Amino acid sequence: MDSIAGKKSRLTWAVNIAVVLLVILWLIPTIGLFVSSFRDRDQISQSGWWVAPLPVELTFRSRVDPRDQREENGRFIIEGNVFADPANAARFPDGRGEVVRFGIRGAAPSEFPAGAEAELRTGGTLAVARDGAFRVDAPEAFERRGPTIYFEARTPPQFTMQNYWTVLTADGMDRAFINTLTVTIPATIIPILIAAFAAYALAWMRFPGRALLIAGIVGLLVVPLQLALVPLLRLHTSIGIGQSFMGIWLAHTGFGMPLAIYLLRNYMAGLPRDIIESARVDGATDFQVFTRIVLPLSFPALASFAIFQFLWTWNDLLVAKVFLPSGPDFQVMTVKIADDLLGSRGGDWGILATAAFVSIGVPLVVFFTLQRYLVRGLLAGSVK
Amino acid sequence: MAELKLTGVEKAYGDVKVLADINLAIHPGELVVFVGPSGCGKSTLLRMIAGLEQITGGTLEIDGMVMNDVHPSQRGIAMVFQSYALYPHMTVRDNMAFALKIAKKTGAEIDAAVTRAARILQLDPLLDRLPKELSGGQRQRVAIGRAIVRDPRVYLFDEPLSNLDAALRVATRIEIAQLKESMPDSTMIYVTHDQVEAMTLASRIVVLANGGIAQVGSPMELYTKPENEFVAQFIGSPAMNLLPGRITETGAQTRVALEGGGTARVAIPTTEGDRDMPVNLGVRPEDLVASDDADYLYRGKVEITEALGELTVLYFARDASGAQILAKLPGIHSGMRGKEVSLKTDPERLHLFHQGRSLLYRS
Amino acid sequence: MTPMLQGLLTIVIGVSACVGYFYAANLFLDKVLLPARGPHAGRNINRANRIRPWIFLFPALFVLGLYLVYPVIGSFHRSLFDRSGETFIGLGNYVALFNASDFRISVFNNLLWIIVVPASATFIGLIAAQLTDRLTWGNIAKSMIFMPMAISFVGASLIWKFVYAVNPDIGLINAFRFAFGAERSVDVIQIPFWNNFFLMVILIWIKTGFAMVILSAALRGIPEETIEAAIIDGANPWQVFFRIKVPQIMGTIVVVWTTITILVLKVFDIVYTMTGGNFGTEILPSYMMSYMFRDDGRATAVAFVIMILVLPVMIWNIVQARREVR
Repeated sequence: MDSIAGKKSRLTWAVNIAVVLLVILWLIPTIGLFVSSFRDRDQISQSGWWVAPLPVELTFRSRVDPRDQREENGRFIIEGNVFADPANAARFPDGRGEVVRFGIRGAAPSEFPAGAEAELRTGGTLAVARDGAFRVDAPEAFERRGPTIYFEARTPPQFTMQNYWTVLTADGMDRAFINTLTVTIPATIIPILIAAFAAYALAWMRFPGRALLIAGIVGLLVVPLQLALVPLLRLHTSIGIGQSFMGIWLAHTGFGMPLAIYLLRNYMAGLPRDIIESARVDGATDFQVFTRIVLPLSFPALASFAIFQFLWTWNDLLVAKVFLPSGPDFQVMTVKIADDLLGSRGGDWGILATAAFVSIGVPLVVFFTLQRYLVRGLLAGSVK
Repeated sequence: MAELKLTGVEKAYGDVKVLADINLAIHPGELVVFVGPSGCGKSTLLRMIAGLEQITGGTLEIDGMVMNDVHPSQRGIAMVFQSYALYPHMTVRDNMAFALKIAKKTGAEIDAAVTRAARILQLDPLLDRLPKELSGGQRQRVAIGRAIVRDPRVYLFDEPLSNLDAALRVATRIEIAQLKESMPDSTMIYVTHDQVEAMTLASRIVVLANGGIAQVGSPMELYTKPENEFVAQFIGSPAMNLLPGRITETGAQTRVALEGGGTARVAIPTTEGDRDMPVNLGVRPEDLVASDDADYLYRGKVEITEALGELTVLYFARDASGAQILAKLPGIHSGMRGKEVSLKTDPERLHLFHQGRSLLYRS
Repeated sequence: MTPMLQGLLTIVIGVSACVGYFYAANLFLDKVLLPARGPHAGRNINRANRIRPWIFLFPALFVLGLYLVYPVIGSFHRSLFDRSGETFIGLGNYVALFNASDFRISVFNNLLWIIVVPASATFIGLIAAQLTDRLTWGNIAKSMIFMPMAISFVGASLIWKFVYAVNPDIGLINAFRFAFGAERSVDVIQIPFWNNFFLMVILIWIKTGFAMVILSAALRGIPEETIEAAIIDGANPWQVFFRIKVPQIMGTIVVVWTTITILVLKVFDIVYTMTGGNFGTEILPSYMMSYMFRDDGRATAVAFVIMILVLPVMIWNIVQARREVR
């Protein structure tokens, strides 16, 4: 097919370009988030993440220390360098930088270009050079306070792990991370076992009502979760589970069950009949056929479902909101982000980006390492 | 009416050459069969003619025009695929009309062409069915009908019968032969691995082996005058026996002493210089007859017999030279097993090969 | 760490309880209840084999019944009562819903979602599947488009919050507007009516990969020779795609389409995270959540409306499954 004679190479080019565009379009939002999560919070709102590797012009101020003044010909001179100000040392650790513009009022911090001379309101002049060297020349001595210099300096791009530290230590995301794990792992493992036995019965045992049960399970695949919320919460409360981890494990087990049975049954029904029949002829009971032959052979399907259930429980917001109490001891990451961070720190983009990345990191790792099983499971589930 | 010419055609995948230096001219109205063992490149060659595979070297001409870089649809060819390749979502009628619709023919033209093809192939009652409602033989006919509708210069058949069961294969083979007869002007190329199809259908056969052409000729030429040991053994079933020996007498007829002890006179002329030349003597199992002459060609013990009624196949034990041969005797021969039997044949029916090539074709 | 330990303990207890149950029940059936020996050995084996499927099925059926079948009835029952749950008001909740303008907005928005999201995701997925199919780096491209599948709706919403941000130094949309000379930023999330579409983009972004993966497998399942036949018949790539390939995978397209449709009726996370249902973006799942914990009668009534919308797909699925089992 690739070698049809007389095929236009222009078309091949068009296809390549179209796919490149599509991939870029699909990746850009995530890349933006990823880059933002490593940026300094000041820089995030000063320049787009797409220019993150470029320097940013940020506004600083430096208060001139009147103790440095000296008298020369009846005028009072202060000389120094704005980058040497200890207040800005965190930004300019080596005391060097590049001033783009400067100003003498907070309202107009970039009034004058670097190298120009500004008139001070108290009389006298202020000159700031590109390299940060300044000279104040005033007719009267400065008493307690020197003038304040505002300047816009080019700061090198800064990438920092600070956001991650903040999110993982101060913001309670660490607790939410552990809560998410606590919800996810049992809710992934327990349904597999229960579903595997049922799937085997539906695939390889003959009994009246089998076809009806299979159809019923296919029907249950699409039942909206919303229906289950109110009655089950009441049920949980009445039998004493209430809103708790136990409750959410049970809920996820129940909600994952139709897909689990459906996927596993489809896969098991496709196993070669000869193997199972020859095992039966060899005298194996159904229990042995299941544990010794069908279960090991069904590993790919089990893995597929495990990945599905893991992603689904990890990413779930609805079930967690309803079946877990709302306190920080029980909040999972999705709830934490949706209810806490977006509300209280809605403007702190660095923290938001980082929190989001912490929550999607694990699923992404699972996705990229186990994609093969995921695809296989999808195909078994929807293509007949 | 179309003429095909392949000059030095080759096909390479990276460094691997699967076909090299194919030179072949196909004349208008011929039915040429490409035959060869699996993996010999016969389907690849057909697909290169169709334009489904790039030609990596040499030129392909149809009616004098170089076609190497012409799109398949513009080569004036039609192809019948092994799996029929019917469009499953279209009725028989739409399947046949598809190419014409693409070519923006008018409704009347399309109708006329489809009706004509349907009549030739007796598809009229099936026109509104979907492919999945047809039997294998019917699908095959639709696939052919789809080719006919396009009225191509060259028909290409890629193992069209291999998905049919044995009985249907014979019937369809005859239908294709009749179809060819009814369209004497159309040029056809037919690929198969089945030598019976090749022998019965072809006006000429191209035997392909090891990425090249082993021999081109009419079916009877290939059978009676194979150019080399490969063709000799490939055409005819069971395969021709080869017995090692040495030339002892030369002249208009040649005498060969076989390593197994027998001798044979062969109706192939040789010259004095050929004396003592090591040769393989070729003899077809069906040409051998049992004889009590002292002047035998082969003598050995029958190990196994297969009685098929119309004929009996004798499998001999290995002789002193290590050669093992078969003989196919007409009729029923019971009680041969375990017996010593001598065999001989006419000098005209023997072949001589030196280093794999027939002495008949020495220049 | 205690919940973690509790979780691990639950895994151990849960798994061993399951295994123990299956093992013990089988043992009991074969050795005690219907032993395969004695005068009735043959009859006992037959009976045991008739009971055994139900032993295998029991836990699954119990969970399914409790967590999916009972709620359908339970929800409907609850929706017939008022907020307190004590007074029977018949269809009162439903009447109140249909009279509420925000419910009508939710239904209208939800219909938009049902039309736009499955159609776009399936269509883009189909195009992506076709384009990447013959590319040497197609699998990498597929992987990238498929990736959002692993991201939670909440995470995805946050990702897109960045794209939609008002600040032109954060939001790409506004950055583009400024690059092309716009004077003011816009908050796309607050543009009436059209903001719905900006929310839909998020779900389309997530689900296109799903459609692409499945349709790509379907495209590969098409017999190569039918495509070659079409090429010889003179079809151009466009015609090959729309007249030969697409019709052959129509069944799969329908499956993908309906799967995404069902999903649209369940996803509340995106609206909840992006707008909280404000600015006229409410859809049924988020509308239901706004009543959850406040008025269970109203909430269950909304849930039941969703159920009714899903019903046709459910029936269609069951019919398909029954046909397949036979």
